[in-house]
Amino acid sequence: MKFPIYLDYNATTPTDPRVVEAMMPYFTQTYGNAASRNHQFGWEAEQAVEKARDLLGETIGGGGREIVLTSGATESNNLAILGAADFYKEKGRHIITSPIEHKAVIDPCQALEQRGYDVTFLDVDDDGCISLEQLEKSIRPDTILVSLMAGNNEIGTLNPLEEIGKITRKHGVLFHTDATQAVGKIPLDVEQMNIDLLSFTAHKMYGPKGVGALYVRRKRPRVRLSPIMFGGGHERGMRSGTLNVPGIVGFAKALELCRDEMESEAERQTALRERLHQRLQAELDHIKLNGHPTQRLPNNLNVSFGYVEGESLIMGISDIAVSSGSACTSASLEPSYVLRALGVGDDLAHSSIRFGVGRFTTEEEIDYTADKMIFAVKRLRDMSPLYEMVQEGIDLSTVNWTPH
Amino acid sequence: MAYSEKVIDHYNDPRNVGSFTKSDDQVGTGLVGAPECGDVMKLQIKVENEKIVDAKFKTFGCGSAIASSSLATEWVKGKTLDEALAIKNTEIVEELSLPPVKIHCSVLAEDAIKAAIQDYRKRQETSSESTASA
Ligand SMILES: Cc1ncc(COP(=O)(O)O)c(C=O)c1O
Ligand code: FES
Repeated sequence: MKFPIYLDYNATTPTDPRVVEAMMPYFTQTYGNAASRNHQFGWEAEQAVEKARDLLGETIGGGGREIVLTSGATESNNLAILGAADFYKEKGRHIITSPIEHKAVIDPCQALEQRGYDVTFLDVDDDGCISLEQLEKSIRPDTILVSLMAGNNEIGTLNPLEEIGKITRKHGVLFHTDATQAVGKIPLDVEQMNIDLLSFTAHKMYGPKGVGALYVRRKRPRVRLSPIMFGGGHERGMRSGTLNVPGIVGFAKALELCRDEMESEAERQTALRERLHQRLQAELDHIKLNGHPTQRLPNNLNVSFGYVEGESLIMGISDIAVSSGSACTSASLEPSYVLRALGVGDDLAHSSIRFGVGRFTTEEEIDYTADKMIFAVKRLRDMSPLYEMVQEGIDLSTVNWTPH
Repeated sequence: MAYSEKVIDHYNDPRNVGSFTKSDDQVGTGLVGAPECGDVMKLQIKVENEKIVDAKFKTFGCGSAIASSSLATEWVKGKTLDEALAIKNTEIVEELSLPPVKIHCSVLAEDAIKAAIQDYRKRQETSSESTASA
């Protein structure tokens, strides 16, 4: 086993060596600007980009001409939301989304609120699921866009994209999905699901960082967007800027590999995730799974360990790289807004750990992680005044705490 | 976040973890913080003739909070109550090289010492009252 063990695949992934290999020639040999129309360097670069574009589009059920290449999912989300909001502002100024979206969706929505748009944040239940009835009821004559993610980056919960797409299509409202965590992991089809705009990024699927795409539907209906980046008019005017040719080639190679291995990898990673969860559940009391038990990303496990604080727990497993929803890891001293929206108490939100498994995770690593977690939780509980009080039968909600 | 060596040392080998019987007349208990803030400290002192002869703690909180309370128990031992009351959080910050975002963990440790002493004194008053009336 190699240390530290990487279990943060929802944050990012290593670039697969096969992807790096595919990218290499585009740094030193085929280095032309894909927009250069006058020479072979440009043509070759353009050819590589078009081939990549086709693969990216077709893998999600669309076409290459519906792909706008960007710097990543943050930009794709911003372009989808701000671009649609501006282009369709005469039709209406109402957007529907959810409180557990990535900040790259929530922040542009809030920026639009400042500019006089109206944003509805749907309710989510304890598992992070929205209600389709509430979604349908929230649609108004002035609604232009529904933005709901495919799979949640913190808790893994999947949205029922096909059902959402039926509702948005029926009401003639655009449907954007941030599919950053889902593309390459679960089957997605923009036609079958009636998706009009779809954001994804290379670095979550063993591709390079800093390259992503936005699928923009071209027919039934044709979706139009106002640009948010102005310049040379690349990407049919929707996104100016010289294309990152090696990145784009790597992005396509990465998705191709994920596509070809999707079924077996989803199964393998789900088994690893379940193996870890079962070990923890068998040997520790007061633990809680965050997110939906089955409708979740194959590679995500998020667990709250009652009465131990997340940052101290991470310190106790310092040879394992995971992420914590705890206050204390961030400068903001705020627990995760996603767990909060699910109604997880702040005390349990401070105690949550996200495990993300991936292509290079082994069973041996999972077993080591389980052992280490169990040891660390038990040790910290021996040190925890809260665990002691609970063992004594004290109801913590009746204690007169002194928040600071 | 990188932790100082001293924080790591206290985290790996915390001094004086445990509990005294709360009802013991010699014992003072300070419980500060709140679960929803991500930090709760319980610090207990055992007192003989105005002098702290033993101390124990339990902490729910980050590594710096654990280290601050562990250090606090080391420091109060052997001190008189008044000497212990004079311990400042800034001394804990300095000893453990805590970064600015972790200063509140040291404040909590100072508060825990004060709360434990206050509890002890209050209990002495009530127990001497009850002996007087007996
Ligand atoms: C759901 C989701 N959306 C958007 C992003 C942002 O992607 P990028 O890093 O490519 O900007 C992430 C990754 O952090 C994510 O998990
Ligand atoms: S307990 Fe919150 S940062 Fe230390």
